[in-house]
Amino acid sequence: MSIYTATAAVPGAAARTGTRTTRVIGVLALVTTAFVVVSAFFLTPADSVQGDSVRIMYAHVPTAWVAYLAFITTAVASGFSLARRHRTLGFDRVAGASGEVGVLFMAMTLLTGSLWGRLTWGTFWQWDPRLTTTLFLFITYVGYLAVRRIDTDPRQRARRSAVIALLAVLEIPLVHFSVVLWRSLHQEASVLSPDGDVRLDDLMLFTLFAGVAAFTLIFAWLVIHRQRLTALADIRQTVGLDAAIALRRSETSGVVK
Amino acid sequence: MKDLGFILASWLATLGSIGVLAALTIRRARELSRQVPDDAKPWV
Repeated sequence: MSIYTATAAVPGAAARTGTRTTRVIGVLALVTTAFVVVSAFFLTPADSVQGDSVRIMYAHVPTAWVAYLAFITTAVASGFSLARRHRTLGFDRVAGASGEVGVLFMAMTLLTGSLWGRLTWGTFWQWDPRLTTTLFLFITYVGYLAVRRIDTDPRQRARRSAVIALLAVLEIPLVHFSVVLWRSLHQEASVLSPDGDVRLDDLMLFTLFAGVAAFTLIFAWLVIHRQRLTALADIRQTVGLDAAIALRRSETSGVVK
Repeated sequence: MKDLGFILASWLATLGSIGVLAALTIRRARELSRQVPDDAKPWV
């Protein structure tokens, strides 16, 4: 007999991970993303130096921003998780969900950067400081996710992964300032440049910010849903364990009788 | 538009991978939600 036989039967349509808030975030994300795609392809002009390849930037820059945001969120949630480790696993779930989404966005940053690099530099990859540190950051967080998948007690998993997240986030300043610290093929920041001078056409800048907003909304939607997924898995495990104990007790009492 | 293949590939990979992750998330949520009573879900 399955341990879920008694617990799985939830009558009617079970509530999922969505709520009104996530639906609003989802719709806003779709609308904003649609605008960014239209603007990136049809409204914004080609760059005077990069030509049409600048249209890749409207995907590349926001994915990089969201990856940074995701890893910082992972670190902050991990800090709370460590501080309140005897109370709840909620912060750990947020940290894990944010790490997963961050790895996806970082992978897209590397891929879109590589395609842009082929058009601009004539090569898909260079062991340049920005590219190398970004790859290192990506691999670090793949390792973080691997540690999270080790089959162990959830509280021990939370503690171990929180320590890694707090160390790994220190790589972000290194990646961001790598173009300033070392001689790099990669251009310096166009928006957040050290001298504060924005070197972009108005519509290009607006589209770039809209892209950041769109991908941030997508990030929020994904993290909320994925941390609830982990919660569901944890609850199912607990409910299943309770049911198994109850089943075993009823079997034992039957034998005694 | 020059270099359209590279530009399209960038966007398709980005939006496609996000779409796949979102779809997998929704599918898994559907599976797990059936196995957990609503009163055990803090967000309901």
